[in-house]
Amino acid sequence: MAQEIVKGKSLWKDAWQRLLKNKLAVFGLVVIVVMTLAVIVGPWIIEKLTGYTYDLIPKDNSLVRSVPPTLKHPMGTDDAGRDILARVLQGGRISLMVGIISTLVSLVIGVSYGAIAGYVGGAVDNLMMRIVDILYSIPYILIVIVLLSVFGGPNTPEWIQKLSAAFGGENNQGLNQIFLLFFALGCVSWLTMARVVRGQILSLKNQEFVMAARATGVSVFGIIFKHLVPNALGPVIVYATLTVPSVMLTEAFLSFLGIGVQPPFASWGSLAADGIKNIQIYPWQMIFPGVTMALTLFSLNFLGDGLRDALDPQTRKF
Amino acid sequence: MIIPMALLVITLTWALVRIAPGNFYTQEKKLPPAVEENIKKKYGLDKPWYQQYGIMMWNVVRGDFGSSLKYEGQTVNEIIWRHFPYSATIGILAYVLALLIGLTAGVIASLKQNSIFDYGSTSLAMLGLSVPNFVLGPLLVLVFSFWLYWLPPARWSLAGLVLPVVTLAAIYAAYIARLTRAGMLEVMRSDYIRTARAKGLDEKTVLLRHGLRGGIIPVVSFTGPALAALLAGTVVVEKVFAIPGLGNIFIQSVLNRDEPLVLGIVAFLSILIMVFNLLVDISYGFLDPRIRYE
Repeated sequence: MAQEIVKGKSLWKDAWQRLLKNKLAVFGLVVIVVMTLAVIVGPWIIEKLTGYTYDLIPKDNSLVRSVPPTLKHPMGTDDAGRDILARVLQGGRISLMVGIISTLVSLVIGVSYGAIAGYVGGAVDNLMMRIVDILYSIPYILIVIVLLSVFGGPNTPEWIQKLSAAFGGENNQGLNQIFLLFFALGCVSWLTMARVVRGQILSLKNQEFVMAARATGVSVFGIIFKHLVPNALGPVIVYATLTVPSVMLTEAFLSFLGIGVQPPFASWGSLAADGIKNIQIYPWQMIFPGVTMALTLFSLNFLGDGLRDALDPQTRKF
Repeated sequence: MIIPMALLVITLTWALVRIAPGNFYTQEKKLPPAVEENIKKKYGLDKPWYQQYGIMMWNVVRGDFGSSLKYEGQTVNEIIWRHFPYSATIGILAYVLALLIGLTAGVIASLKQNSIFDYGSTSLAMLGLSVPNFVLGPLLVLVFSFWLYWLPPARWSLAGLVLPVVTLAAIYAAYIARLTRAGMLEVMRSDYIRTARAKGLDEKTVLLRHGLRGGIIPVVSFTGPALAALLAGTVVVEKVFAIPGLGNIFIQSVLNRDEPLVLGIVAFLSILIMVFNLLVDISYGFLDPRIRYE
């Protein structure tokens, strides 16, 4: 009797294969990868090829004006004659970093908060979730403004200054402000994540493997973070992928209001906001950053949806 | 439950405004100490913080938020009631439009699952979710006002309302379409729909009387917070289309540290949200007879 060896597929491999079958999700993934590479190496390539950088104002005074898209400037130039393509790529760095760093911050807070509330349960859980309810009804913009003004300028915590110094030079006030913004946005986007994780933990905590862990003397901390959280990873990843576009949108919105990224730095949101002022005469100033941002958010949303279907085929709804 | 929650929200908001450095009277120049002391006395800022908190709470409980610090001589209640109608008008119109588009698209997509209609409306919905409204609004203005001359870019008139309402509705229509599609797909597979068909009801009755009632429950849950957010005004649309709504006033009041106005608007919003959520909870019982309240 010939025995065939059936090789089991791991959950993650299975999910990956399901994801690859979803054309829209693959499209999203490709766009994200290309966009990430473009913003990382793009500004450098443009500088080598043409000499334009995001803050290069042409020496020739007749060029210090907004030129429509040409072969030399595929996206045109802005009021100061700066190449918009270089600015969009440079701005993309900040926009994508907002997405990643703020989501990581919200992930750390939301997962710990939700996991502790769900595992401890009882009155503690009740209180912790009530706090989430209350925070939901305070406009997040108020919290962001307060965080930015309390920790802004000379009051920026040292570790944020160190982080921004590692990224782009010591004592860069503008960059400190941007990193502060990343953390402030993370601090207001963890509420839904906490709810998602709590729900997962509640349904997991009475299973046998948790009882076994407890019986063998694993600490509460170990049970929560080594046994429960890894098992709730699927929904966490899905929700994190959907948090990225939403924090990017929030950053853009704050920059639009003039509270977010400040010049000389730029993000897609602040570029589009600057372009809106001139939309009637120089529409390219707003269209290119706006469309680049929309394309990225579109791809991220498709990827997030695809991941949800791939990781959780039972609740497949779309 | 609404009242204590609202009071807690107000307390936290008050604390947040107080924690933030800076104040409403210092702009660029520092004031002479004597002047600053007079201002503090006038607004009761020289008292210890717990007394200030007590006075503030006592006034709030009586529904009196006092006068704005920035817009002198205007009470907070006056300001809210003057700007709220603008936000409410575009908010309600946008939500009605979003419901019409979203429900239709969602139902069609769910009935013809995996057809061209389904993919079309799903992609369109995703597009609606991904285009930021500060991009969509100016683009619409560019095309319909500056290029085609069909609609005015910013005017408080029927024609002038079209663009802001469409801009505002886009993202909500997209959400509703997705929620409706997901809800309908689940409901149309359930046992009670099979029973309805087995009774010999025609497909139209099954869909509209039985399917839709259960399928739109997720949309109803979404309606509470969405409508509250819309009524409260949406800053971007108000800014792009120069509408004097509540959203902009709120942002300005936060930036100006106009404490009474911030507190008034936050209290107004949180009560609005909670009332809508309550209405939503009540309406579940009518939509799904299986949901009962003790």
